[in-house]
Order: sequence, then C-alpha cells, then structure tokens
Amino acid sequence: MNLEVTARVHYGAFTLDVNDIFPLQGVTALFGRSGCGKTTLLRVIAGLERPRGARVRYGDQTWQGDTKFIPLARRRIGLVFQEDSLLPHRTVRGNLEYGYKRTPPNQRRLHLTDVCDLLGIRDLLDRRVDRISGGQRQRVALGRALLCSPQLLLLDEPLAALDTQTKREIMPFLTRLSREARVPILLVTHVPDEVERLADRVAFMHDGRVERVEALHDALTRSDSPLFDQEGPVSVLEGILSAPDEEGLCRFVCDGMTLRVPDPGGTRDSGLQRLRIRGRDVILAVEDPKGISVVNHLPVTIETVHPGPRGECLVITRLSNGQALLAQITTSSLRRLGLVAGSRCIALVKSLALHQPADVLPVSPVETVPRP
Amino acid sequence: MIDLSPSDWIAIRLSLKLGFYTTVILLAFGTPLAWWLASGRSPLRTAVQTVVALPIVLPPTVLGFYLLILLGPRGWIGGTLEAMGFTHLAFTFPGILIGSIFYSLPFAVQPLFQAFTALGRRHVEVAASLGAGPIDRFFTVILPLTRGGFIVAATLSFAHTLGEFGAILMIGGSIPGRTKVLSILIYDHAEAMNYAAAHQLSLILLVFAFIVLFTVYAVNRRFDTVRP
Repeated sequence: MNLEVTARVHYGAFTLDVNDIFPLQGVTALFGRSGCGKTTLLRVIAGLERPRGARVRYGDQTWQGDTKFIPLARRRIGLVFQEDSLLPHRTVRGNLEYGYKRTPPNQRRLHLTDVCDLLGIRDLLDRRVDRISGGQRQRVALGRALLCSPQLLLLDEPLAALDTQTKREIMPFLTRLSREARVPILLVTHVPDEVERLADRVAFMHDGRVERVEALHDALTRSDSPLFDQEGPVSVLEGILSAPDEEGLCRFVCDGMTLRVPDPGGTRDSGLQRLRIRGRDVILAVEDPKGISVVNHLPVTIETVHPGPRGECLVITRLSNGQALLAQITTSSLRRLGLVAGSRCIALVKSLALHQPADVLPVSPVETVPRP
Repeated sequence: MIDLSPSDWIAIRLSLKLGFYTTVILLAFGTPLAWWLASGRSPLRTAVQTVVALPIVLPPTVLGFYLLILLGPRGWIGGTLEAMGFTHLAFTFPGILIGSIFYSLPFAVQPLFQAFTALGRRHVEVAASLGAGPIDRFFTVILPLTRGGFIVAATLSFAHTLGEFGAILMIGGSIPGRTKVLSILIYDHAEAMNYAAAHQLSLILLVFAFIVLFTVYAVNRRFDTVRP
C-alpha cells in the first residue's frame, strides 16, 4: 500500500515541502530532529491540516485532492499522540469502545477481547483513565485506535512522554501490534533506538523535506546514516531466541548462525526477534583468539571501511549468513592488523554487552527484510 | 411580608421570559462563535473578540441608542421591516430581546471561549480519528468536557439579562407586559415614591443574583478540582 503526499505548508519561517511516495507495509519510521516537520506531515496525512493545493492519496483512495477532502472521521486512521489523549470522562472500556461503536460492523476486524489480550489491558477495563499509569494509558490509546480497525495507524512519538522503564514495557506491545493487527504503521520519532527496534523502513526528514525513504537494513549499512548521529553505529540482527540454558544464556539463532545472549526476561515471543549490537561493542581479531572471556566469536568478511573524524573508523562486515555487522575500531588498530575491504576476520561480541533486556525484542515480520 | 401586585407578576414573568429566550439564543449562537474564536486561525478573530467584549465597557445606553436607531421605523433594519409590511422593532419584545442578546453576548461567549481554550484540540482530533463526525464530537466530547463552561455561560447570560436596564429602557421603553421588565418596574416604583414595592423587587433580584454568582463560583471550583 502506497501513501502519496504532495504538500507545501508555511508557518512563519518554517516550510514543509513534501512530494513523496511512502510504501507502507509493516512499520515505517518518520525520523528527524525536532522541528523538521514530522508532526506537520503526519497532520497533513491525517487531514488535521488542510494546506491549499495539497494531495494525499492512500492506495486507490484520494483523501485530499483539488476538489476533494475526506475528513479524518471518514479516513479510518488510528491516531496515537505523544501525550495522554484518553477521554477523561470515560472509563478505559468507554474509551476503547468509542471508536469500535462508530465502526460499521462489516468493517470491524478487531474486537475488544483480542485487543485487550494483545495489549494486556483486560484488567483495566472498568478503571477510570486517571487511575492507571502512563504506560497503561498509552496502551489503552493504542488499543482504542486499533478497535476502529484502521487501515493506517499514525503514531506521533507515542513513547516520548514515557520514562525509560515504561518505554521498555510498551515496545514489545508496539511490535506485536504491527505484526498481529496487520495494520501499516507510520511512526514519528526522533530517537534512533526506536527506529532500530521497531521500524522496517525509515523516511529521513530534514528541514521540512523528506530526504530519502529506505529499508532499515539499507539505512543501517550506510556510514553516513543519520541514525548513527547520536549513539554511533548499530547493527540489527534478526533471529529466533531460545529459552535460557543451564548457564543462564539464551541462543539467538539467525540463519544458521548462533549468538549467546543473556536472558532478556519478560514474556518470550516465539517469532523473529531483533538483536541490537552497538558498533563500539564489537572487537575485530585477525584470528580466533583462545583464552578470552568473550563468548561470541563470529567469522566475518570486511565489506567497506569508513574512516571517521576522531581517529576511529566504521568497519562494515558481513556475517557468514549475509547479515551486516558493524564494528567501530580505531584507525590505528585497523592499520596495525592490516584489515582492508575483503579481509576475513573474527568479530567478537561480549554477551554482556547485549545484557539490556530491551536489546532483544520481537520484530514485526510483516515484511521480510531484504537480504543482500 | 412580600406582597406582589399583578403588575409585579407581569414584570417578573416578562423578565424570566426575556432571560430564557436570551440564554437559549446566546448558547445556540455563542457556542460556534466561541469555538471559532478559540480554535480558528482567521486574522478577523481579534476584531470579533473586541466587538463581543464591547458591551462590558460601553454604557448600556450607547448600545440601546444604536439599536433604537437601527431597529426603529427609520432605521436600516426597522425601516426594511416596515417596507416589507412588518412592524419595526422599537418598543417591542423582539426589540428588547435583540438588545439583551447583544448586551449579554460577552457573558455567554467568554466562559465558553475559556472552556474551549482549556479543552484544546487533542480530544476532539482523537474523536475524529475514531470516526466521530462534528455533531457527534460536540455531544460526546466537547459538551461533557466543557460542561462547567456551559453552566457558567448560561447562568451568567440569564442573570445579566435580568439585571439589564439602560439598554432596555432605550430601545423598549416601559410598556407593561411587553417591555416593562423587573429592573424598569423597580425604577418606576422608586420614581413614584413607592419604596416598599421597589424594595421587595430589589430584594428578589439581589437574592437571585447572589444565588447565581454563588452557583457560578461553586461550579468553577468543582470543575477545577475534577479536571486533571
């Protein structure tokens, strides 16, 4: 399903100028700094802003055209905002049912019990919305949006107002939601971490324009990726996570390759999971070292080397199964070891560098990630 | 103790009728106007807001005077009505009704404007995304969340209309059963040195005004504490 948007919006000094086609399967992140126009674009898509001359098409439906404007109430879009937006005069159930009751019965695909189970909010149904936690409120807001069986979910920084702990609590629900509800999601965020954990595709925005739209794996194998600006390079591997063994470590199996990682805890999802590895946690060795505490020894082939400004360089390598693994090492070490594009070496990843529970997360396999 | 004459009762009934009609019409027109003022982006908003607030600072006689000119037999509106075979509106009940609508406009629009501003757009946008059309949104989201504003707007409009004097005197005169409302009757009683009659009506208005304002402040407080 494609979303086509053409719009020019001026607010004082700010101009949003968009003329793009977004393929929307699974989760598409709209990524950029605060003030780059992400939310404005989202509001144009939703029909909450109605700039003159704009066009918005979703699949074969024209939402806004020269003579046509379909109001938000008839676009069948689920909206979730950053801050709490539950209707304060209704209970959790009253909120959840608000959209459901307004959805024609023949268009209802999701029902109260399914959504409650999916989001773990069954026990909250009769509570007042000011008597539940921030994370629970955000889950109810997601459930409410889902219950009108939308054809598109727009999430405007849905995690931004939550503390770190609550974010971790919600993330798995978001991924599960996109997988099980089978609704394309457009997720506005300025946090690389959320993109890496949740997105299948990224649209990079800068100064009111969409600079490019690409698959997450392409965005993560480009040395100049804006995703790396804040926390440095990161690789995302996809695989299946097993139950912890007698030593307390889980096996993360991706395409015939196995890493051992600490037990992420929480509920275990049976589907594909994402494993996030920071480039600075990866060590490169020319031969497999013995007598070393590092658990994961992965044979890789160096694909490209990108020197950075501060004596470090980004080494993009391929694992034996074709997935990319990024390592950040000093240029001095690179030279000392004689590593160049095409060299084979061993990547070492400390198990405990992957210890944060949220580093292992279920992934939405609505669209399988293209492998090179 | 309180001994009301038939003409007192006529005036009371007329005042209540005027207050009721004014309040209903003001809520019907004031609600969309306040919504537009609170959420619109038109550059006209400031000008409209100023016009709405004018009756607060203008002497009621000024408003009454212009309405008299406008609605009277030679006025733009009154004259047109005469030309169409109707009667002009000076010294009639519709005339003082129009007068009190303008006179009490700020007391209906201001509380609604404040309530809508405090409500913000978010809940209304969410309701739209959940499939609720404009009327649906008004009754299921806006009205329940701004109840306090509506109660305040209605009570203030009603009470303020009952307390109206100058504008009515200008445009309506003092015709029993048609334009002689309570406040004007009190004036007539006092002029005729009938202090006892003036006193009991004044007392009724005083007590009524106290109750209304008490209600308004109580409502404001209740909604302040209930709203998160």
